[in-house]
Amino acid sequence: MYQLNPLTAHQPKPLSSGASKARPVFKLKPLALFFAALTVSGSALAWQPERPVEFVVTSGAGGGTDTFARTVQSIIGKHQLMDKSIIVSNKGGGSGAEGYVYSASSKDDPYKLTFGTNNEYLLPEVGEMPYAAEDLQPVAAMAMDEFLIWVNGDAEYESAKDFIDAAKQNPGKMQFAGSQSKDTDQTLVSMIEEATGTEFRYVPFNGGSQALVQLAGGHVDANVNNPNENLGQWQAGMIKPLCVFSPDPLPKGEPVYEDKGWGDIPTCQSQGIDISEYRMPRTVWLPAGAPEEAVTYYQELLKKVSETPEWKDYVTRTVQTSQFLSGDELEQYIDNNASTVKKVFEQEGWSAS
Amino acid sequence: MNNLSLLMDGFATILTWNHLMIMVIGVMLGMLVGVLPGLGAPNGVSLLLPLTFTMDPVSAIILLSCMYWGALFGGSTTSILFNIPGEPSSVATTFDGYPMARNGEATRALTLAFMAAGLGALAGVVMITLLANWVAQFGLKFSSPEYFAVYFLAFCSFIGMSSSAPSKTLVSMMLGLAFATVGMDSVSGGLRLTFGIPDLVKGISFLVAVMGLFGIAELMVTTEEGLSFKGIKSRIRIMDILRTMAELPRYWVSLVRSILIGIWMGITPAGPTAASFMSHGIAKRFSKHPERFGKGEPNGIVSPEAADHSAGTSALLPMLALGVPGSATAAVMMGGLMIWGLTPGPMLFVTRPDFVWGLIASMYLGNVVAVILVLATVPLYASILRVPFAIIGPVIVAVIFTGVYQVANSTFDFWLLLFFALLGYLFKKLDYPVAPLVLTMVLGHRAEEAFRQSMVMSDGSLTVFWSNSLVSTIMGLGVLMLAWPLISKVLGLRGWRQRLQRQKPQAPKSPTSDSRV
Repeated sequence: MYQLNPLTAHQPKPLSSGASKARPVFKLKPLALFFAALTVSGSALAWQPERPVEFVVTSGAGGGTDTFARTVQSIIGKHQLMDKSIIVSNKGGGSGAEGYVYSASSKDDPYKLTFGTNNEYLLPEVGEMPYAAEDLQPVAAMAMDEFLIWVNGDAEYESAKDFIDAAKQNPGKMQFAGSQSKDTDQTLVSMIEEATGTEFRYVPFNGGSQALVQLAGGHVDANVNNPNENLGQWQAGMIKPLCVFSPDPLPKGEPVYEDKGWGDIPTCQSQGIDISEYRMPRTVWLPAGAPEEAVTYYQELLKKVSETPEWKDYVTRTVQTSQFLSGDELEQYIDNNASTVKKVFEQEGWSAS
Repeated sequence: MNNLSLLMDGFATILTWNHLMIMVIGVMLGMLVGVLPGLGAPNGVSLLLPLTFTMDPVSAIILLSCMYWGALFGGSTTSILFNIPGEPSSVATTFDGYPMARNGEATRALTLAFMAAGLGALAGVVMITLLANWVAQFGLKFSSPEYFAVYFLAFCSFIGMSSSAPSKTLVSMMLGLAFATVGMDSVSGGLRLTFGIPDLVKGISFLVAVMGLFGIAELMVTTEEGLSFKGIKSRIRIMDILRTMAELPRYWVSLVRSILIGIWMGITPAGPTAASFMSHGIAKRFSKHPERFGKGEPNGIVSPEAADHSAGTSALLPMLALGVPGSATAAVMMGGLMIWGLTPGPMLFVTRPDFVWGLIASMYLGNVVAVILVLATVPLYASILRVPFAIIGPVIVAVIFTGVYQVANSTFDFWLLLFFALLGYLFKKLDYPVAPLVLTMVLGHRAEEAFRQSMVMSDGSLTVFWSNSLVSTIMGLGVLMLAWPLISKVLGLRGWRQRLQRQKPQAPKSPTSDSRV
């Protein structure tokens, strides 16, 4: 519910909305003061939220995007980075489209901070959506979630190479479980098919946890879940990872199962699957037309969040890569990412237009 | 028993004044969100989540799980008093609970529901304690064909006993299926039946439909019949609660059967909704007096409640043992686990036994606390019915509209609510059953998904539904349920049952029934 910051709630309010423009940020905590001092641009400090900010989460409660948004919320609350309260609303209907449509329909509104992934710009590509990718403007990408090939713990494949060879023996028979249809998971499976010249059967489930149970129960042959979705079951040896779609192996960490840890998983490229990188950005958006000062305000806020120990802890625990992108860098990233995936969509004939 | 000693450690962890206070607060908050339609357990738990960020995990999970129990109980209250189910799983409670309350026995209906629910929940926890390891493995056997079979069984156990004309039941079911298809289709990724209306992308919320079909439609009928609740003159006595508790053992058959159904549906995890519908249907099917169902039959209250709560409790087992949420609320709690720094999964039992067994111990205590608290509020709730309808009616309308807005903060849902209210009113006037529509609307989407996933897996061959002993057994049960009326006729079982009844003191009633469920 409303998370009031007891220390800041009683501070004097600006006299009028006009006055808030000139309101210095220095009333905040020393940490904020420190960062404010680092920021040169004076106009960027002008915008401040004057009422509670809504975090629109484009997944159901408990999903990966939900954990992302709530972690940000808890960090802002703990370090009192913002003196207005936060309301989290889950709008995960239609693979997240519900949340994007909701934000897109509040044009210019700087109080609807929307949390998602790359599905913001991918959903309108594959279906007739009642919003366009341009209806929201990117604020920041805060982390990259990795993808891996997972198989059942008892499966005979020792490496991704074994797995692909087996698939070549039985083209179109081996089953990949994934989350949703024509979304990141199915796109990756198509890319694997393309890169190796094999064929798989893709079975869409409603969320990564279902894809996981199907794999742990031995009903499907593999899935491409994110590390965090499968960590608990790998610990128990119910499933095992074969390779990771990142250019370099993941950072070394504690062993997860037996003597193997995240750093011991080979990259898929080294295993003969020629996809050097496939990641999913954790993104934050605002409705198009929201004032530029507001975008800058949130960028700085999220930047501060990404520099806290709690954020580092979240990223390590969920085995994501912390990577803060905003402004031109982010635009560039989105362009690249969208064009890679669109190519697959066109190949597979999924494009809506 | 190793589990038992671990459980004792769990009790040792939670038996502090601090934790007991948290339990009471959790249950009370839960009852509050359960009573307010549109909030419900998942929303209530996620609203409370930010407060737990700074708590230690054991206290946090106790708060959230006790809120969950409280919300489950609160949901039954509105079903019985106002015919407004707070969540899908308490729809089946309205079938007999509401008629009983209207007959002037609100106290009895509430007490029966709460006691059955408490027993169901306790049975669920006992099962978790004793069988955690084995049951978790069993849940893994379920794939899409098995899921479809379970939904098929739920539909069949319900269709067979509907007393309306079969064609009307079919129309109602088909309409429900059609409403369930609105929104995004997760198998093809396309949008269906949205007619270009952005608000329909998320699909039609079950809560909006149910509040129109049941709540508002019921108010319209009541208004037409003369602005009063029947039986409001009845007095409310504390003795009634005790007397009802004493009558509970009479329904032990229904209780045991419903608890088994509930546990089964909770661990598979088809969920509490399927469990409560199924067990109401089966209770009616095997009752000696099926004609009494829908008019305030005690077995019709006890069965869905016991099944709902045993399923709700068992649904937490997959979360603990496998790290997979078994219900919407469990999903929120799992999100909480990650924020508190725990990794849900099979290793949680090994790495944090204090947490896991503390939670299980808190389920025992939390449910006892919840039952005591809700029983204490029975006279309060029952007395609401004594308020003149001219006052309570508009209040209910206001609460329903607030609740509907709460679901998705969308004003479009008001129009949907009115649409479903009219539909519900028409159904009542034309004597169409509403329940089949609700059942298919809740489960239709998941049944369809499971069916289509099975088809992808099997290359379009229907034999997948008979491919192993587990799925064949469930499908077989479904077919048996569907054909039961025919079979019993052919074998002359009905006559046999009547002969058996004739030997008892009461004269057998005619098997024809006009009850609408």
